[in-house]
Parts: sequence; structure tokens; C-alpha cells
Amino acid sequence: MNQNREHTEKEVTPLKEVVLEVKDLKTHFRTRKGVVKAVDGVSFKVHKGETFALVGESGCGKSVTCMTIMGLIGRKKNEVVSGDILFKGRNITNISKEERRKLRGKNMSIIFQDPMTSLNPVYTVGTQIAEMPIIHEGKSQSKAKEIAVNMLKKVGIPSPDKRVDEYPHQFSGGMRQRGVIGMSLACNPELLIADEPTTALDVTIQAQILELLRKLKEDTKSAIIMITHDLGVVAEVSDFVGVMYAGTLVEKAPVKDLFKKPLHPYTRGLLKSIPKPGSKERLTIIEGQPPDLHNAPKGCKFYPRCSYAMDKCREEMPELIEIEKGHKSACWLNEVNKNGE
Amino acid sequence: MENNILVEVKNLKKYFPIKSGVLSRKKNYLKAVDGLNLKIYRGETIGLVGESGCGKSTTGRLILRLLEPTEGKIFFDGKEITNLEKNQLKAMRKDFQMVFQDPYACLNPRLSIKSIIEEPLRTHKYSPSERKKTVEDLLKKVGIPKSYMDRYPHEFSGGQRQRIGIARALALNPKFIVADEPVAALDVSIQAQILNLMSDLQDEFNLTYLFIAHDLSVVQYISDRIGVMYLGSMVELSGSQELFDYTIHPYTRALLSAIPIPDPEIGKKQISLEGEIPSPINPPNGCRFHTRCPYAEKLCMEERPEFREVKKEHYVACHFAERFIKEQER
Repeated sequence: MNQNREHTEKEVTPLKEVVLEVKDLKTHFRTRKGVVKAVDGVSFKVHKGETFALVGESGCGKSVTCMTIMGLIGRKKNEVVSGDILFKGRNITNISKEERRKLRGKNMSIIFQDPMTSLNPVYTVGTQIAEMPIIHEGKSQSKAKEIAVNMLKKVGIPSPDKRVDEYPHQFSGGMRQRGVIGMSLACNPELLIADEPTTALDVTIQAQILELLRKLKEDTKSAIIMITHDLGVVAEVSDFVGVMYAGTLVEKAPVKDLFKKPLHPYTRGLLKSIPKPGSKERLTIIEGQPPDLHNAPKGCKFYPRCSYAMDKCREEMPELIEIEKGHKSACWLNEVNKNGE
Repeated sequence: MENNILVEVKNLKKYFPIKSGVLSRKKNYLKAVDGLNLKIYRGETIGLVGESGCGKSTTGRLILRLLEPTEGKIFFDGKEITNLEKNQLKAMRKDFQMVFQDPYACLNPRLSIKSIIEEPLRTHKYSPSERKKTVEDLLKKVGIPKSYMDRYPHEFSGGQRQRIGIARALALNPKFIVADEPVAALDVSIQAQILNLMSDLQDEFNLTYLFIAHDLSVVQYISDRIGVMYLGSMVELSGSQELFDYTIHPYTRALLSAIPIPDPEIGKKQISLEGEIPSPINPPNGCRFHTRCPYAEKLCMEERPEFREVKKEHYVACHFAERFIKEQER
């Protein structure tokens, strides 16, 4: 792993191909109680062979962001999406259903949190993996099954030629998640979104799955968006991190910079509130709780919980600006610090 | 010293029967807890960790007599409670309470939080004025404004609900609390609030906790001693700092190395375990861990290692514990 991290540092150069670019993405839901601004102006880029982690607490909009990217949200009347989603330079925000279908599963795919519910219980695991190459690449049944066996082998399932004909209930939790990963990678997608892929699993199994994702990234050079609430997972697998709070990105940085020098008060608070192995130091807490997105605060969304809040924070929303090379933060404090210097 | 022991468990076993077929008479058993010995001292927090299905929650429930043990003895405050009748148990129950994992499911949605916290007081026949005063005090202790007393659970967030659950557990002024994954369902920033609250309350009320969790860093933070469980039995038990500094059992070592550390600069060596936990319906013979253990030898397959004190206050169930200690010393 050590080796892996040195590796990524060398690789992260700005000249790499941008697989996905999201510009000022907004996903609002109209409900009876009013508009919920689940995602409210998020922008980021993901490069080839790079893992971008979206981290935040429940309800911060990290999953909605990815569902919108996949086109799983935005079709219904009450779902309002604005902004641009560029996939390899092509704007896919408003493409037709059919075109979406061609992309999904082939060029971009998603792994969900719960492996129990993302597999269909009445089909064998093999059939579900083989579906992808049959639909997208026009492969024959037998060829597709061969691919399925290969995929199972690749994700580390023992005796894949037998397991391919088994049903999801015959797999354990960790194996199901491996199966789902195999399914999502069957057509070598350029973009893989992993929505809390290890949250439902035990630590030792989580370690196996993270290792697998790391290896697959090396092999296939796919871009990965990793959604998680676990900062430990972020530190282990990602190259870049975006911290989300109440529908907006509050900080974005290369993983090492984020942990070494967090700029936003929310990120700092988060890092301090996790117990560290082998330390009994009293945890510093962030008082209060995330805002109700029905009526989020007007200015900076974090100001009611922020110990550095100033008058300006109440009035105006800070923009995400670059403070150091590649390290962006959305906080009025940055301005104060700059003027102070 | 004996007087310091609040809870003692001897050779505790819980087998759940499983029907294997409509016509078959042969009964199978799921061995959830299989021969557990544990002493819990007054005022300490003992953490129980392990992966899902290792029997940690069952252990907690057995100690509180929420489940009937198949075999073994449970002592509370020097008194055996294994076979107490219902009404005797009710009187005892004042002293041991539980905090549950799911703050959404553990509160009755049709009762106001006042009634929820009051319920144990009503059961134990406290007068209305006493009840009101206790509820007010408790809400203050757990950091919920008194004015919210008549609200219903759905009006509270997950963290606040967990606070209410804790207030309810404290209502009868218990000595011992079993907290079963109390922070697993909460977000990181809220999790820290609850952990701090729990340790403050412990100091104030001189509580003893059995803290069950799968997250080692959380357990380590709150516990004085940690017990690691694997497939229904304890594999290692020691002081929490000792466990991190001088890990002996191969399973504990793998478990510790699997925790993702929130620091990208640390290049730690990961000991990855092959495979998954075997089924507790038909656990492996000998050492339960031998199927996944990188050091397993023939002896491990044949004989179940005894859970013994290998260093001062450090218990391990492994045939080669002494060898591992020697290697560490070197």
C-alpha cells in the first residue's frame, strides 16, 4: 500500500484525461413542504486512473450527486436538475433515455451500498453479470458467460466456474459485493461510482474489498468516484477528496493535503471527532447537527455550528476558491487570513 | 478484590435450535455463544468487539437475562441471577439496563419522550412528582431542553434519540449498562457527542459499561479493557492500550490491521485474512480460527486452545501465544 501511495503521487499530473466534469450541479426536489436543495452547486473533475472521494455525513447530498450523474435522478417532475455533466467532454445532462441506457453499464457504472438488494434474487449471479456484455457488446450467451466467469475470477471468488451458476442467496455478504463489482466492471467502464461499497461489510471483508478496488483501478485505469462517510476509507483509497456539507462542496484537495492541513472548519471538526487508534484524547465535537435542507441557512450553511462564524458568514455564501495549489476551500476565513498576511 | 467484581460470567453458552427440514427430527444448533468466561469490575468500561455473527450482542443480552442461557452461570453483584424467577428478576433489573443500537426502532413512536423516559419509573412505582423531577433532571443530563418533554420521537434527530435512549436507561439509577452498538447508526460528528456524553455520565453516576461495537477505534476510545470475540468465544482480552501495543492473537492482529486509519501518510502493513467467518452452525473443530489463521498447525485443528492468562491481565486463546510473546520481545 505504501508503494501504491507513492505511485499515485507521481501520477497525479494536471495533463491527464478528464473523464468526468461536473459544473455547478444542482439537484432540487420539490416537495409539499417546499424545495429541498439536496445538491446546490457542486463542481469537480475526475481524471483517468484516479479515485475521487466524496465524503460527508448522511443527508449532505453525496449520493444524490452521484445518482444525478448516473441519470437515475432528474426524470420525474418534482426533480429539478441544472448545471452540466460532461462525460469525456460530451454534455450528458439532457440526453435521451436511450442514449443514457447506452452509457450506463458500458461507459459508467455504479456499485451500491447494500449488496443484498442490488442483485436480483431470482437470477444466477452469472446471468446478471453476462447481461452487460450481451446488451452492450452484442456478445453471444456462451461468450458472455465466459466473460462472467472471468469477472468472478478477477474479483477473487473461488472456483468461479461453479459459482457462476449460483444464486445470490448462496453467496455471503462480501462475495455478493464482489459479484456486484464484477458486474459493474464487465464492460470495462471508464467511470465507476462506488456508493458506500463497504459500509454494510465487516472490517476484515472491507479491507479485502478496498484492496480489490485498488487493484482493479491499477489494472483498468478507470476513474472512480468513491462515496463514503468514513475518513479512514478516504485516506486508504483516494487520490483527491471533496468534502460535502448540506449540498455543497466545502473543501476539495489532494488526499495528503486534506489530512495534513484541513482548511475548512467543518473538515477540521470532522477529523478531530474520530477516535484514533491508540489514543484516549477527549474527542472534540462539532456542536449541533446538519441543517434541515428545507430551509437551509442563507449564508454559509455551516455557520450555525461553526466556532469561527462571523457576520459575513450569515449573509453571504462563500465560494470554493483555490487557497494552495490544488487545494480549495469555501470559507470566509480564508479571505481574513489572506488580508492578515 | 472479589468485591470489585460487578458481573461474572462462567462458561456461558447459548445454542439456538434450527429446524433443518419439515420431516427431519435431527436438530441442529447455532452456537452463538460457546463457553464464555468474563469478569467485569466495578466502574470500568469493558469493550466487546468482533465481526457480525461472533456472538457479542448475544453475550450482552444473556448477561441482562433478556435471553435464557443454554448453559453457564451469571453473577451480578455477588448474586447468581441465572435462574431467578420473573418477579425477583424485575427487582434486580433496576440495576442493569441497556442502550440499543437503532435509535429509530428503540423508541415507541406513539409515546412522548416524557412517557418513554418515565416508563421504567412507572413500572417501579415512583410517585408522579418524583417521576416528573427525574425526567427533567435526566433530560438536562443528556443535553435535551426540558421544553421538548412532550414531543414525540419523530421530532428528534438520530443523535438526540440516542440521548433519549440513554436517559431512559439511566432513569432507575442503574449500576451496569450494556450498550449494544450505541453509535453505529450515527454520523461521525454526532458519534463523538454521544461517546463524550457516555463517558461524562460514567464519571458522574459511577457506571459500569459493557460496550459492544464492531468499530475498534470507537471501542478503544471508550474502554478500559477490550475483549475480542470470534465465533462465539473470546480469543483475546486485555487492557485497551495493551491490546493495541502488544497484540498477541493472530485474529486480533488481522482485525487491527484492517481498520482504515484516517491518515494517508501512514503506510501500514496489512495482514489480510483469507475467506470469511465460518458458519456458527457447524464451527470448525479445534481452534475456531484455524481455517483462516496464517500460523495454523496440526495441533490447532485438533485441540481447542484454552483461554488463559499469558501475561499479567492479558488473556489469550491460542496454542502459540507464548511464542508470539517471545517474538515481540525480540
